[in-house]
Formats: sequence, C-alpha cells, structure tokens
Amino acid sequence: MSEQFELSKLIFGRLSWDSIPLHDPILLATFIVVVIGGGAIVGALTYYNVWGYLWREWITSIDHKRIGVMYMILGIVMLLRGFADAIMMRIHQAMAFGDATGYLPPHHYDQIFTAHGVIMIFFVAMPFVVGLMNYIVPLQIGARDVAFPFLNNLSFWMTAAGAGLVMASLFIGEFAKSGWLAYPPLTGILQSPGVGVDYYIWSLQIAGVGTLLSGINFVVTIVKMRAPGMTMMKMPVFVWTALCTNILIVAAFPVLTAVMTLLSLDRYLGMNFFTNDLGGNAMMYVNLIWIWGHPEVYILILPIFGVFSEIVSTYSGKRLFGYSSMVYATLVITILSYLVWLHHFFTMGSGATVNSFFGITTMIISIPTGAKIFNWLFTMYRGRIVFDVPMLWTVGFMITFVVGGMTGVLLAVPPADFVLHNSLFLIAHFHNVIIGGVVFGTFAAITYWYPKVTGYKLDPFWGKASFWCWFIGFYLAFMPLYLLGFMGVTRRMSHFDDPSIQIWFQIALGGAILIGIGIACFLIQLYVSYKKRDSLRDETGDPWNGRTLEWSTSSPPPQYNFAFTPRVYDNDAWWQMKANGFVRPSTGFMPIHMPKNTAAGIVVAGISAVFGFAMIWHMWLLGGLSFAALLIAIIVHTFNYKRDYYIPVEEVEKVEAEFEAKRNEVLA
Amino acid sequence: MSHSTALPAAPDSFDFLVREEHHVANGTLLGFWLYLMSDCLIFAALFATYSVLSQSYAGGPTGAELFDLPLVALNTSFLLFSSITYGFAMLQMQQGKLKGTMIWLAITGVFGAAFLGLELFEFYHLIHEGAGPQRSAYWSAFFTLVGTHGLHVTFGIIWLATLLIQLRKHGITVANRRRLFCLSMFWHFLDVVWIGVFTIVYLMGSMS
Repeated sequence: MSEQFELSKLIFGRLSWDSIPLHDPILLATFIVVVIGGGAIVGALTYYNVWGYLWREWITSIDHKRIGVMYMILGIVMLLRGFADAIMMRIHQAMAFGDATGYLPPHHYDQIFTAHGVIMIFFVAMPFVVGLMNYIVPLQIGARDVAFPFLNNLSFWMTAAGAGLVMASLFIGEFAKSGWLAYPPLTGILQSPGVGVDYYIWSLQIAGVGTLLSGINFVVTIVKMRAPGMTMMKMPVFVWTALCTNILIVAAFPVLTAVMTLLSLDRYLGMNFFTNDLGGNAMMYVNLIWIWGHPEVYILILPIFGVFSEIVSTYSGKRLFGYSSMVYATLVITILSYLVWLHHFFTMGSGATVNSFFGITTMIISIPTGAKIFNWLFTMYRGRIVFDVPMLWTVGFMITFVVGGMTGVLLAVPPADFVLHNSLFLIAHFHNVIIGGVVFGTFAAITYWYPKVTGYKLDPFWGKASFWCWFIGFYLAFMPLYLLGFMGVTRRMSHFDDPSIQIWFQIALGGAILIGIGIACFLIQLYVSYKKRDSLRDETGDPWNGRTLEWSTSSPPPQYNFAFTPRVYDNDAWWQMKANGFVRPSTGFMPIHMPKNTAAGIVVAGISAVFGFAMIWHMWLLGGLSFAALLIAIIVHTFNYKRDYYIPVEEVEKVEAEFEAKRNEVLA
Repeated sequence: MSHSTALPAAPDSFDFLVREEHHVANGTLLGFWLYLMSDCLIFAALFATYSVLSQSYAGGPTGAELFDLPLVALNTSFLLFSSITYGFAMLQMQQGKLKGTMIWLAITGVFGAAFLGLELFEFYHLIHEGAGPQRSAYWSAFFTLVGTHGLHVTFGIIWLATLLIQLRKHGITVANRRRLFCLSMFWHFLDVVWIGVFTIVYLMGSMS
C-alpha cells in the first residue's frame, strides 16, 4: 500500500482531484465556458480543415510577420483574461463595504489581483510590444527577416508556454496570492506552501527565456541587418526605440531569471536567501526584482514612444520635429532607467542620502520624456493634421501620459512617497502611464499598421467608439483612485469598513465597465472590418501616405518583404523615394535566399511547459524525463544543417507583377 | 558597401535599390556575445547576493574554516589549462586540421570533467562537515554561485561532446567553425567567471 503511495507521489506529485476547484462556482462556470468555447474553436478548425494550414503557415513559421501577428493575438486573448480579473476586482470592491463581504473570498480575491498584474505586464503588454517590433522593425530597416528566425519562433512559443501555465493555474490548483512581484517572506515555502507561487515562478522563467532570446535577436537584427545607407542616425525612431528596448531586455531579464531561481531554491531546496531565519535577507529580493522591474517599465513604453513618433509625423504630413533630440532622449531614458529602482521602496529605510539620490534620478527622467512630448507637439504644429483613429489615440495619450508623468514625479519625492506608498494613488499612477501609454499606443499602432498586415484598413467608426470608451472609461476608473489614495486607502484590500468612500469605488466600476465596452468595440471593429474588407482594401501598400520603408512594399508584404533591398539616403526613406518619382522595376529579379520553417520551436517550448508543470506539482519523474527530453530536442535541432532554401526567380516575378497590376488598377 | 551615401542629383529608381543579391553580415558571434553578457549579469546578481550574505553564517561554519585552498588551486589550474587546450584546438581548426582539433577538444573536455569532479568532491566534503546549502544564507549563496558556474561547465561539456560528433560528421565547415567559435567564447567566459569566484569566494572568503 505504502509502496503504491510512493509511486503515485513520484508520478503525480502534489496533484490530486482535490486540486481541481470543482467547489468554486465562479471557476466552474468559467471552466465550462472555456471548454465549450475552446471546443467550438477546435471543432470549427477541424470542420474547415485548416489544421494543416495552421501548422505549415503559422505554428512552424519563422517569418517575422507571422510571428508578430501571433504575438498580437496572444496579447489580445490575454487582455481579455486580464480584463476579466480587473472587472471582478472592481465589482468586488464596489460591493464589499461594512457588513457586505463582496462575492469573492479573500484567497480568491488575492489570486485575482496577482494574476491581473502578472498577466497584464508579462502576457499582454510584453506580447504587444514584442509583436509590434517583430512585424515592423525588419520592414523599416529594409531586411528580409530577423537575424535568428528560428529563435524568433522559439521566443514566441516560450512566451505562449508561460501564458499557458498561468491559464492552467485557473483550473488546476491555484495562482499566487502575493501580488505581482511575489515578495518573500510571504512567498517563502512556510507562508505559501501551495502551488500558486510555483506557477508564478515557472511561467515567468519560461516566458523570460523567450523574451531574453528575442531581445538578443532584435539587437543583432538592428545592428547588423539595416539596408545599405541606413546609418544609425537615419533609422526610423521606432527602430531606435526598439533597439533601446531590446538592450534593456538583454540587460534586465537575466536579473529576473537569477532572482526567480533564488526564490525557487528557497522553496524547493530549503535554502535561506530570503527567509526570516538563518541569515536570510528578504530585502535582497526586493532590490533584485526591481533592478529588473524598473527597466521593464521602460521596455514597455519606449517602443510605444516610437509608435507615436511614426504616427504623429505621418498624420501631420511632416518630418518628425527634433529627430536627434528624440534619439538622445531615448538613450538617456535607457541609461537612467537603471538608476531609479529604489524609488519603488523608499519606505524600506535606506536612509535620507540613498533616498535623495534615487528621488533625484527619478525626477530627472521626466526631462527627456518631456522633450519627447514637446517634439510631438512641434511636429503637429502647423502640420496638416489628419484626425484618423491613430491620431486620436495619440492625442489621448499625450494628455493622459502627461498627467501620469506628473503624478510619477510627485511619487518620486521621498517624503511624499512615505505618505502615498502602497496607496491607491500609486495604483492610479501606474495605470495612468501604462493604459495611457502602452495600451493607447498599442491600439494606435494596431490601427496604423493593420492595413499593412492584412491588406485592408480598420473600420473608423468602431475605432472611434473604442477610443472614446477607453479614454473616458480610463478617467472614470482611475481618477477616483487618486482621490482615495490621498485619503489613505491602501491597495489590495478585499473589504472596507468606511461606507463614505463606497461611492468612489462605484464610479471606478462604471469606468471599468466603459473600458470593457471599449474592448468590445475593438473586437467588433475587427469583425466589421473583416466583413467590409472589400471596401476598406488597400492595394497601394501605402494607405496613409507614409514615410518609412514598410510602406514601400505591398500590403500584406510578400514573404521576402522586398524584392530588391532598398538603398537609404534619408530618415524618411520612402518619402524621399516618392518625392523623386520612384518607379518599381518590373525586371531584373533574383532568386531570394530564405530560412526554412521548423517545428523545433513549438516542440522545445511544449516540453518546457511540461517541465514547468511537473516542477510546479513536484512530479519528479515527469520533471526528470521532460528535462532530458528538452536537452535531447535541442541537441537534435543542432544536427539540422539544412535550414535554408531559395525562392525561385519566377515566383518573385509573379508576386511582384500581381502587386504592380493591382496597384495600377487602383491608382488609374 | 561600395555605394556613395549621397543621393545623386537626378536619381533614377535604381539608385534606391540594391540590384545584386544583398549579403547580410552573419550576426551569430555578436548575438552570442550578447548572450554571454546577459549570462554575465546572472553571475553579477549571484555575486552581489553572495557579497550581501557573506557574513550571514547564522552561527554555523564560515568559509574560512572549511575551504581547502590547495584543492581549489588545483581545480583552478584544471580550468585554466582547459582554456589553453581549447586555444590549441582553435589553432588546429584555423589550419584546417580536423583530427588535431578534435583531439584538443577532447582534452579540453577531460580537463572540464576533472574540474567538475573535484568540485563535486569539495561539495560532498562541505556537506559532510555540516555546511550544506540549507545551513545558512552564506552557504546558500556559496553553493548557488559556485554551483551555477559548475552547471555552466556541465552544459559546456555536453555542448563540446555534441560538437565532436558534428565535427566528425561534417568536418570543419563554415557552420562548424562558427559553432567552435561560440563554444570557445563560452568556455573562456566560464574561465573569467571562475577567476572572479576564486578571488571573491575562496581567497577573500579565507581571509575574512
């Protein structure tokens, strides 16, 4: 009997039927919806027989454009999950006053705010930003792909594997109850013996590998693969911001890997890095995680600054104002982002000198950021501004982000921070910059580059509806939080005693609902635009009268991006080509050298997910086997020496002729 | 690139295009450098942690009491020699000598394995003396820092063995040369990290 018990422990670890939350009606209902929805999707894919197509053209694809689109889809799916968490919290907080306890038990509520933070940062904002860079950077620098196309595919699937583990925690076991940065000693094995923190650790570790690899990939791509003539100071601003972001990724994510490893050593092997006894030092963790965490904020926002730079100059019909100051501002932010991490814990008690240093560096960051705002304003000044949807998001961003930036400077003052630390003021501040910056920027970018990706524009009506819902919804949802923060209300509370502040939470709930309508409008927009795609079609490849190289090729671009590699003389390369009466050649094509698709990425990432799952549940046998399988899969992949092929010249000719014919038809 | 950077006065469409096949520089070595630097940051975080916890013995044994410096010196020499022998392998590769390359690589692997063997012996000894990784924050930091380096050497040896098979199969091709270069950088990098470990953990630890 006991031997049998040992064997099942070895195989199943901590996993048992009790781990499936059948007793929780909310989770059970969600689970049923997911099963029905997932079943419907799988059924539809099977019915229309597209599995083979998906496998060949998407899942194993190493085309940066396809991978970029998959990142965006991952981001949208996870946004829905992250938003579901948000609205549940808002409803709960609007209810849980006095005798009412709300509808979520505290342990569930704690998981929800943790999952909300983790998902929104790692599996919504990151995929959006990486996806945009994936699609746009190679096109803007006139390259055929990224430097390491296979690693790019692997990066995506590692990110997706991490997201998969977080989603699995919803129905198998639980997620962390510790807040999105999982501070010990709360996350130590004594205080959090369950699987929640392990889900957190392993999903971030696996996704983190993907992010690090894509960081290296893009730095090399931008440094090595620019079209001839494109010197550093002729790169589009989006490419500059992407370069800085990827440098930040390479320099920040290893610290996250290290600190997660230390935490798991504490939890799995009984070590004492962050424990309360035997010499452990929990503040080490807080320092290390923020040495990653602060640059992470800039990893998210820098490419978005790039997006707005592209959009402002395109829709103002003008060259970007202050290109070089924009570049230097980006570089200064990149460097300063490493010198501010301590402002996240002024209250730790490092002393007035240390706090002053970090307070001042934090305030200094607002100078280059302010320079950027003025550059955008001066680009618009006396421009022929077209108020299309991307421009609405941009102006909305400029207003909102300035408010968020100013409350950030407020928090950077250590004495003020002692009052506001961990209050809802802080929550309002970072949502102000992340929603007003990253989210608005992502929607602007999606609207702006959508015709490039799909060949048809997005319907402007639903885009405007989405914008106004988000914009007004944001202010409704978060301005009350600033107020509550001033009153001293702290974050992460699942119950309140004072009924006089309930009204503010109800207003915030109204804002969250409006944001939800904004998300719905966005999804409707995708659907409506698809239905109306024939009238929204763009055959020219350049629907907005763009300035950079991605608009010089067809929409969607051919697999090889450019039949001829462009030569660059100016920042606005495509604008200059148009100004000089550029005509596309119809002869002289060459066969094009391309990398082959491979299944190695999804195989390695799949095994990693199994390994992570096994480690979370202490399934040592499966863990050992999957780790061995992981090593073998990687080694086997290195034995594949035939990784490229040529697209024959006839095919290039055919594709180019088709594009030219359609384009002429429209222009005629 | 042999084209002028200034736009001609009356440009035609082909001034904006590269008409011949455009060869992009291979970025593998740069990419591998970036990876090494990111790895270096992992070690930096571990070194920092070790430094912060370097006095946190929790009443247990200290490093100075237990380190066997002559043993560590021998171990250090194994690793340093392995870097030299890897250098010899690269010289053989440059001359196109497959057999010599493989022999020196194999010797490098043996040195690496000897290093690992001695390290494991040291770990066993320390744990036996009651200085296991659970004993105090100091020993947690010690085992993690030194052990992470050891794990890297282990993966280096696995990589080296894989590369030996690939060399036998394909010879010194462009792809294999690139791989040998990458492993070379990795191997020397581990040497540099070890010098940091030797100095900060063992030498400074024995003094305190």
